[in-house]
Amino acid sequence: MPTTPVASERIVHTESVPGARYWSMVIKRGYTLRLTDRDGCANASLLGYNPRNPLERYNMADTLKGQHISRLTRGNMLFSDMGCALFSIIEDTLGWHDPIGGISDAALIRERYGEARFQEHWNDFYRDGRELFLIELAKWGLGSRDLVIPVNFFQKVTSDDDGNLHYHGNHSHPGASVDLRAESDTLVVLTTAPHPMAPGPDYCPGPVDLMIYRSAPVTDQDFCIHHAPENARAYANTLIANCQE
Amino acid sequence: MPAMNLKESPLHPENAVRRETVPAGDWWMAEIRKGQTFRIVDVEGNEAADTLFYRLDDPQGEHYSAVDTARRQGNVYLTTGTPLVSNKGNAMLTITADTCGRHDTLGGACSAEANQMRYALDKKPMHSCRDNFLHAIQESPYGLSKRDVVSNINFFMNVPVTPAGGLSFQDGISGPGKYVEMRAEMDVIALVSNCPQLNNPCSGFNPTPLEMIIWD
Repeated sequence: MPTTPVASERIVHTESVPGARYWSMVIKRGYTLRLTDRDGCANASLLGYNPRNPLERYNMADTLKGQHISRLTRGNMLFSDMGCALFSIIEDTLGWHDPIGGISDAALIRERYGEARFQEHWNDFYRDGRELFLIELAKWGLGSRDLVIPVNFFQKVTSDDDGNLHYHGNHSHPGASVDLRAESDTLVVLTTAPHPMAPGPDYCPGPVDLMIYRSAPVTDQDFCIHHAPENARAYANTLIANCQE
Repeated sequence: MPAMNLKESPLHPENAVRRETVPAGDWWMAEIRKGQTFRIVDVEGNEAADTLFYRLDDPQGEHYSAVDTARRQGNVYLTTGTPLVSNKGNAMLTITADTCGRHDTLGGACSAEANQMRYALDKKPMHSCRDNFLHAIQESPYGLSKRDVVSNINFFMNVPVTPAGGLSFQDGISGPGKYVEMRAEMDVIALVSNCPQLNNPCSGFNPTPLEMIIWD
């Protein structure tokens, strides 16, 4: 499925995040964040918080059990732990994004890829997901206690009938994109370190292109809201949370 | 790891150092020392024991991690042999016996707000595991807050994940007297909510007591 073009007058910002780096911004209600896997080898690992009360945050378990899913795609929402919709996935050219794989840490990166310190490699040094999240979270007064389980966009992990986990390498492709419509103002903290189940041995996490654009008005026939009754109720909770806006 | 690794324990409850019954809807919090063995008994069957562990000497820094536990063993279900791994990659406890065979760690805990999203907006007043967790940590001396209420274990809960990307709460595979037992690999705080959920089959629509047993 090709990515739908966005009219230039709706686009308010574009930016690129290299592999093994971080980014954060509040995406306001009424705007959509498009992530594009430029080279087909990105892991866009994303967390979301309510900027007015960061104790409300994206919750993996509520998102999965509320929609009876172990993967994310168009129609799904990212739920907060307070029963609200943070984002609706209004477009997805890939079909599967991973909510259960978790985050790489320094020990995992060293074991799988070896060591590449700044001293020898300058800005090509190896970085891990936990480190990058901690740095970017700190800029918002958040820390390791807030580092919950992220969504790993452009990645695929499946479970077989016995529960065995399988990582699908080469799942994505250059230009794959996913559009996240903010239903509430949401602080996005994003990192691009390797997925913790990526096999190695080459350390080459890909860049992610970001686009923020004004969302089309939400209609009575909205695909995501009507995708499941749980989505409609989460959206209703979100409207209540924003009733004084 | 096999889908189910059924194993009985050689330990006898009469030799335990601590033995308590937790009624449905109550929470239970206890320190378990390295080397001690901790058993949860599903006394009447089909009960869900929503469980979190914190490192006793660093409760705000190190806690149970659902995805690290699943990834370490390459399997989403917990059973005999599963190391319960922390957010820092350390084994906190290891499951040493299991007569149920499979436990969930993706489904998380019920909450007032999740019940609204899952069932109806007017379900908010119903009791929930996350209310239990929040009450317990507020009453405890460990400096924990809502930030520390992370993704938990649901002992005795059956949450199958499908290869096509599905996930569902199904009737329990547990039964009266079934238990799961684990050895502490470090000093930990255990926090358990005996699930009061009445909207889905995780407690068989009939929440019942759990028994907690600790051996030296």
